[in-house]
Amino acid sequence: MSVFWSAVVTLVILLNIIGCYLLIRWVAKPNKGEAKQGEVTGHVWDDNLKELNNPMPRWWLYMFYISIVWGVIYLLMYPGFANYPGLLGWTSDKKYSDEVAVANETYGPLYSKFAKTPLIELSENKEANLVGQRLFVNYCAQCHGSDARGSRGFPNLTDHEWIWGGSPENIKTSIADGRNAAMAAWESVLTPLQIGYLADHLMSLTGRKHKATDAQRGKALFANYCAACHQADATGNPLLGAPNLADKIWLYGASRNKIIESISKGRTGHMPAHKAFLGEDKVHILAAYVYSLSSH
Amino acid sequence: MSHEKVETNIGLMMILIVLVVSVGGLIEIIPLFFNKQTTEPVSGLKPYNSLQLAGRDIYVREGCYGCHSQMIRPFRAETERYGHYSLAGEFVYDRPFQWGSKRTGPDLQRVGGRYSDDWHRLHLTNPRLVVPESNMPAYPWLNENTIDGELIANKMRVLRMLNTPYTDDDIASAPESVKGKSEMDALIAYLQVLGTSVSARR
Repeated sequence: MSVFWSAVVTLVILLNIIGCYLLIRWVAKPNKGEAKQGEVTGHVWDDNLKELNNPMPRWWLYMFYISIVWGVIYLLMYPGFANYPGLLGWTSDKKYSDEVAVANETYGPLYSKFAKTPLIELSENKEANLVGQRLFVNYCAQCHGSDARGSRGFPNLTDHEWIWGGSPENIKTSIADGRNAAMAAWESVLTPLQIGYLADHLMSLTGRKHKATDAQRGKALFANYCAACHQADATGNPLLGAPNLADKIWLYGASRNKIIESISKGRTGHMPAHKAFLGEDKVHILAAYVYSLSSH
Repeated sequence: MSHEKVETNIGLMMILIVLVVSVGGLIEIIPLFFNKQTTEPVSGLKPYNSLQLAGRDIYVREGCYGCHSQMIRPFRAETERYGHYSLAGEFVYDRPFQWGSKRTGPDLQRVGGRYSDDWHRLHLTNPRLVVPESNMPAYPWLNENTIDGELIANKMRVLRMLNTPYTDDDIASAPESVKGKSEMDALIAYLQVLGTSVSARR
């Protein structure tokens, strides 16, 4: 705030305090010609209601003066007058950073003591897993569910299918740096008929109901268009985040229509990065917890 | 002037009340107009682009502020969950700001980037699809309505008069850039930019 506005604000505060004092003085002082204490003032209303002149008790009056003094002291201790910093040097910024510093000192070791433990070992540590579960419910459950079983479009973390790899290190990377999957939309390249063939081929892989001739055509198309990411045997490639299509787990729905939709429109799974927000220690514990969900 | 004169003359009383309230209000508000902390954008803050601006209006229309605040207070309990506390300079392009005063749902000031676009799409269509415990209403109609590009361009012109730094190009290209976008796209674009000008942790 500029010096001018700081001065204006300070002046207004001072005028206010003086104004409060004068107001109390004015109200407390007897007026000229007013009725004596305990007598009728002459104000009558509703036929017979009369007002007596009963000033408030002295102690009450003094409380007003005391609160003015208290107010002045308060404004001097804290930054009460615009740019004036106050005798205590209090700022909301400092109060916050102090609070965080104390908390980091208290809670930091709870996280950092696990930082050096290898992930696999940590995933069997009960205490770490309890901490991990709390973190999970706070930061992960919105997408992956509080039971970590996910929902359509958000992977189940308790099964053994890992789109980006299921080793503890892979899981940690997924949490820390996030993941961006990009399945292209094939409707501009392939005809609806061809996409249907592909769906039949994929359904044949797990022995579901399909048209054998269509699946055969789909197999050839798969080799041409899909195998680059999903591998020739459709088992996927964790390096690209290309899921295994030869098992019964379908992130975006297993029905023929949903498979066709995935091929036509593409899919863009996005896991946000959490390292900057949670910090290394918490990510480490979370990775171990998530690993423990599928390994035990 | 005696009490009786004021108390028995409602016109006079109204004038005096307005006078007292406006002096109090002006004294509190006017100095802030000249305070850099409240009037200058934090570094990195950009005005909403046309799609985000359209989304912001949907946020207001649907009354999201009734249940969601956009104001992270400087307490550790809040910053642990939501990220860096809010800074006055982050809201200079918000007319009006959406601080809100009630948290039936979580604070949204730094929701940008926290979830994927797909998550928002499902969640707004029906929150129970991704969060079974949620008591948030569903907003499926956002998928059906489209954005009016001319209207957005006009809004940007008005905001420019209020000193939001839109270029001629921004405004001219607005109708084209929101063409065919649904209200859902706009609202998600808005949510994904919220609070991203300040890093989540300091």
